[in-house]
Amino acid sequence: MTIRIAESSFDPWDEIQRYQQQLPHQNKYGATAVFIGSMRDFNEGDNVQSMTLEHYPGMTNRYLEKITKEASDRWDILDCLIVHRVGEVNPNEPIVLVAVWSAHRAAAYDANRYIMEELKSRAPFWKKEQLSEGSRWVEKNTSG
Amino acid sequence: MSIQVRYFASLRESIGRGEDLLETGQASTVSEVWDIATRGSEIPANLLCAINMEYVDLHSPVNDNDEVAFFPPVTGG
Repeated sequence: MTIRIAESSFDPWDEIQRYQQQLPHQNKYGATAVFIGSMRDFNEGDNVQSMTLEHYPGMTNRYLEKITKEASDRWDILDCLIVHRVGEVNPNEPIVLVAVWSAHRAAAYDANRYIMEELKSRAPFWKKEQLSEGSRWVEKNTSG
Repeated sequence: MSIQVRYFASLRESIGRGEDLLETGQASTVSEVWDIATRGSEIPANLLCAINMEYVDLHSPVNDNDEVAFFPPVTGG
């Protein structure tokens, strides 16, 4: 299980490929579920030019570790990779990657969804959007 | 008693600083830390609190050398 807070832009497909090549469970996984969250250039009816992601260093890792532990206790997963951006993010750039490897698809799909939903409600990250008329903090996440 | 207080995101901006160091024996709960550190500011709706990077509520007890953090609802992902 690996958690990485990325301070600059990352390529999620490259992350997955490199991580998968060094997995200790070669030939054991039959399913990889991938979620990539990217930045939109619109929110609540406004054009968004960029956003800045702030976090609480230390607590972020602690909660991402808790969440992946909960997922691995609940589902039979082999491995998991989380990468989450902080700093300035531009439209179309990835914000978050969650990849889960398991023997069968149900565990990979379900654990991936669980990790994403729990990350959204518990991991201490905050987004501030830059609009043409100034900036604003995102007050709450969408329900999905 | 020494308590490190931290503020994040919109709360950091509205308070105007990212942290305070409280040297006081007056605070026994998170809520009292808020009152002393912010000089009685109204507690924002949906305020989240943590002690030593674990979520707690306003009634939770604080101890010497704790780090108490206050922040708005999280919006990552």
